[in-house]
Parts: sequence; structure tokens; C-alpha cells
Amino acid sequence: MSGSTIIFYMLAALTLVSGLLAVTTRQIFRAAIFLLFSLIGIAGLFFWMQYDFIAAVQIVVYVGGITVLIIFSIFLTQQAGDLLPKQKIGRQVFSVLAAFCGFALVMVQLYQHSFNTTTDQAVEPLVANIGNQMLGVGDSGFALPFEVVSILLLAALIGCIVIAAPFYVPKGGEQNPTSKTASA
Amino acid sequence: MMEPGLNHLLFVSTAVFFIGVYGFFTRRNLVTMLMSIELILNSVNINFIAFNKYLWPHKMDGLFFSIFVIAVAAAEAAVAIAIIINLYRNHQSIDVEQAEEMKF
Repeated sequence: MSGSTIIFYMLAALTLVSGLLAVTTRQIFRAAIFLLFSLIGIAGLFFWMQYDFIAAVQIVVYVGGITVLIIFSIFLTQQAGDLLPKQKIGRQVFSVLAAFCGFALVMVQLYQHSFNTTTDQAVEPLVANIGNQMLGVGDSGFALPFEVVSILLLAALIGCIVIAAPFYVPKGGEQNPTSKTASA
Repeated sequence: MMEPGLNHLLFVSTAVFFIGVYGFFTRRNLVTMLMSIELILNSVNINFIAFNKYLWPHKMDGLFFSIFVIAVAAAEAAVAIAIIINLYRNHQSIDVEQAEEMKF
């Protein structure tokens, strides 16, 4: 057994175990930390597949961005030391059953299907190749989706400010009565 | 243990997906539901990259799809957290059972 195999199994175990703990623990802050380790494991899997750029993006965006955002929102909305309420046993049984049945169905399909591999010359996923194709306007360029995503990010930015702004003062200088009570 | 290949990666991604589905079914707190959604989106990314590496190594389409998925997921998480903060300001709670004013 080679070192690469051992590393793969370790990364897979890290991802799955910490993901499972993230959805089952009753302390919400620990759930966020386990989610962090699960995302790091997934970034490790990308490194293992030698897709360095996507692994770096995963670490920067998910581990450094989204998880920190989630931890901040936990600090803003939860009392320290609170446990999440226990779920009804019926709902838990149903959820385990639904998730397991879906998993079994996908696995059965997966092992009955044989994938066709190609013998064409592989393209190295270098950053230069990625950048050229990402901004290319030619046959296989992704310039249009790139621009669409930039509009989406702008819309999300404005939407976040509008939704989370504490209260809204109209032009007359008088506060909106509903938002006044909400901000009090 | 076998040499890991495409099927192993697909097993991992399927397992992460259904862990996320389980969390989404059982959790009743909006922040933890958002965490489950992040797990689901990440399993899709593993799938895209694995298929790109093992089945279509002469193209990079899977890699671009996962970059766009990450961008959309970041936007989605930011908007979702803005909504959660707003909901907490109005209800002093982010439990989905207590935010049912628009139910009827």
C-alpha cells in the first residue's frame, strides 16, 4: 500500500467523520468547528487529485470565508452555552432512513454503471490554462458565465446590505414605524 | 485496501451529500441548516473534480463548474446570513418552528 493510498483514506475519514459530527453535535459552535475540519478534508482531497488551484480556492473561500461568516452569525444569534433542542425520535428515525435509502440507491447505481474513460491527451490544470480558458471568448471560453457570476456577486452584495441594514430612514427624516419597533 | 480511484471518490461525495441531507432534515436552527447546505454543495464539487480528473482529463469543464459553484455558494451564504440576522432581530430566535407568520 503506497503513501498516496494512506493519505486518501485519512482525508476521506477526516471529511466523513467531522461532517457526521457537524450535523449531529448539539453544541452549535462545535458544529461550526467540525464543519471547518470537514471542509479542510475536502480541500485535501482536491490537493490529492492534484487540482491545486481549486483546493486553494476551497481553502480561501470556504475555510477562510464562509466558516468565519457562520461563526460570526452564531456569536450574534446564540446565547453562550446553549444546547440545541433535542429532536423528536420519530423525525430522527425518518431522517436516517431517508438519507440511508438515498445513499444505498446511489451506490447501487454507481456500482452497476461502468464509466468510459478517454485516451486523449490530458490538459494540465495549471493556473495559466485556467485563466486563459476562463476569460476566453472563443469556442470553449467561459467569459459569459464569468460576467454573469460577477453580476450575481454584485446583486448579493447589495441584497445583503439592504436585508441586514438595521433600519431605514426615508427622505422626510421620519422613521418608518415598523422598522422602528424592530430596531428597538 | 484497494488503490483509490473514481469509485472511492464518488463514495465519499455521496456520503457527504447524504450527511448533509440528514442534517437538513433533523436540524431546526437556521445556521445549522445552512451548514448542511454547505456540505451538500461541497459534495457536488468533489463529484465535478473527480469526473474531470478520471473521465475527461483533456478538458477542464468540471473545474470551471466547481469554481462557479463555489462563487454561487459564497453569494448564497452571505444572503442567507443577512436573512438570518434580520430574522433574529425581529423574532429574537432563528428556530424555523418559531418563524411561521407567513404560514397561512
